[in-house]
Amino acid sequence: MVVDAETIRQEYLRHDKKFPHVWCPGCGNGIVLGSLLRAIHNLQLPKDDVVVASGIGCSSRMTTYIDFNTLHTTHGRALTFATGVKLAKPQLRVIAVMGDGDATAIGGNHFIHAARRNINITAIIVNNSTYGMTGGQYSPTTPYGSKSTTSTYGHVEHAFSIAELAVTAGAAFVARGTVYHAAHLDTLLEQAISKRGFSVVEVISNCHVQHGRRNKLGDAVKMIASYQERAVPVKKAQSMTEKEMEGKFTIGVLCDVEKPISTEEYDRIRQESCHMV
Amino acid sequence: MAADNSKKRLLLQGNEAIVYGALAAGCRFFAGYPITPATEISELLSVKLPQAGGTFIQMEDEIASMGAVIGASLAGVKAMTATSGPGFSLIQENLGYACITEVPCVIVNVMRGGPSTGLPTNVAQGDVLMARWGTHGDHPIIVLAVSSVSDCFSITVRAFNLSEKYRVPVIVLSDEIVAHTRECFTLPNVDEVRVVDRIGPNVPPEWYKPYAANNRGVPDMAAFGDGYRHHVTGLVHDERGFPTQQPHEIEPFLMRLHEKITKGFPEIMLSKSYLMADAEICVFAYGCVARSALMAVKNARAQGIKAGLLQLITLFPVPRKEIDAALRQCRVAIVPELNMGQMSREINRINQSGTRIVKYNRIDGQMIAPDEITKQIISVS
Repeated sequence: MVVDAETIRQEYLRHDKKFPHVWCPGCGNGIVLGSLLRAIHNLQLPKDDVVVASGIGCSSRMTTYIDFNTLHTTHGRALTFATGVKLAKPQLRVIAVMGDGDATAIGGNHFIHAARRNINITAIIVNNSTYGMTGGQYSPTTPYGSKSTTSTYGHVEHAFSIAELAVTAGAAFVARGTVYHAAHLDTLLEQAISKRGFSVVEVISNCHVQHGRRNKLGDAVKMIASYQERAVPVKKAQSMTEKEMEGKFTIGVLCDVEKPISTEEYDRIRQESCHMV
Repeated sequence: MAADNSKKRLLLQGNEAIVYGALAAGCRFFAGYPITPATEISELLSVKLPQAGGTFIQMEDEIASMGAVIGASLAGVKAMTATSGPGFSLIQENLGYACITEVPCVIVNVMRGGPSTGLPTNVAQGDVLMARWGTHGDHPIIVLAVSSVSDCFSITVRAFNLSEKYRVPVIVLSDEIVAHTRECFTLPNVDEVRVVDRIGPNVPPEWYKPYAANNRGVPDMAAFGDGYRHHVTGLVHDERGFPTQQPHEIEPFLMRLHEKITKGFPEIMLSKSYLMADAEICVFAYGCVARSALMAVKNARAQGIKAGLLQLITLFPVPRKEIDAALRQCRVAIVPELNMGQMSREINRINQSGTRIVKYNRIDGQMIAPDEITKQIISVS
């Protein structure tokens, strides 16, 4: 049963924070926020034990509004701060919330290395295909040919597939969801947060104001509803041709493997090296 | 005598002494990236930190190292990084974050020749003004310079103590010569090292305001996970830590960041004077150059010239009082530096007494030998 919104609002939003938030009406960030809070609620994590770090951008403002230990860092660097927190106090549950430009352009190096390291952190990447906060410039996930304020003639570069990148970089758990499939997103986030190792959830989200408007993708409702058709479950996609997958993307769990976690390995080194003094 | 026997007498290079100093000060987290001539600090800490229950991690670059250091410090663990010129450029971004969020941390910069890749294995002092002004925006910072192996230990301890007390990043400027010179050093016992820790909140969590001013100007600092859930942001924030754009909140906040350092001037500004009592010619020096300068002053004294040395340990905030007194006392001041005159600019700025200031600079990757400074002293005597 889905927990009611009032419980989430009372329990997890900061009531001493001067609302309103910075997001535009219809923004997918609110849906991701709701999913994250429901996942944490369902996992019954004590609020004092949760650290949420974020970078710079619209989705990264999320940390301002939620009642955990929150860390709004520099652009692209959320995972580096999160790494320091996790290593210094491994008992904390550390979650990093980032945008597509944040995590895979300026923070791309940190992202692949966090995955390679397999440190016990969850990365949530809200992918809206643009830099919304600065007014709609092209990002690493802006589709080929799309218009943005810095590609008014059509984008000549190709987009990253963030989840696939995470799989290749060595993350232990990788999933992709959308803001249309909110209940599904709750489950994915729960799985990711409870996963031991580096877990990544890419959330396909809408920026109808900056990206949608310039590319005639419609309003928030139309953009979000389009994910229903464009999203293909991972299993189903396996039997589909490249042509059939054109303009579509997979959702669900792309990767879930067990491998040694660097935080825990390091703890073993601490124990062993003490005897070598 | 038993206590003395327990003391360890070691032959250490400057970089190694920094490691012992950091551990004595309570540092239990290090994140870094390999770079000459600072790498020995990483290497030794990768061995020593896990033994002490701490954490060493080699990050993907210096930007990440500085991020991890701040994260660890926010979780309540004393943390540092060590780098050299090119890496020091990269840490500047998150260094500014540590300034505005008031996160204690220590950054060691073992200076080498620059700009850019420059002279990786040669000495220089070209990062002095960058240490002060490297990150954007008006910001408070403390910069300390080391000149010997024993300094590397004691000044690193001091750096941690000041950082914890004032909640400000402290930069330790070392250089290639100090880093790689080996000298005998007697490691003090644990109880002989004065260690300062940040002050935590003494109110219930619901009353805690993480950036509220107090009479020290330094807010009490809670660690993540200790029950004091709060928000940390690099945006200008109010006393609860939330972003603000209110002019009446912005200015008092930024002023407090600077004033907390001003309040601590007497203990922050460190310098040492040698043979200054009757000096007519004063040499101002720091880092490895201070070693040559001391010998030069002694040589000049042997020739009957009244020369003295003011060794600057704190470079920023500039020890204005001590410099001003030396300038008023002396006819001529000589400022030898391994750069084009970065500290002499500061000394010129302070010079209100019309004292003649002579620069002596080398930027060829070589140290300044004592004889070179002696010659300068003789030429102005």
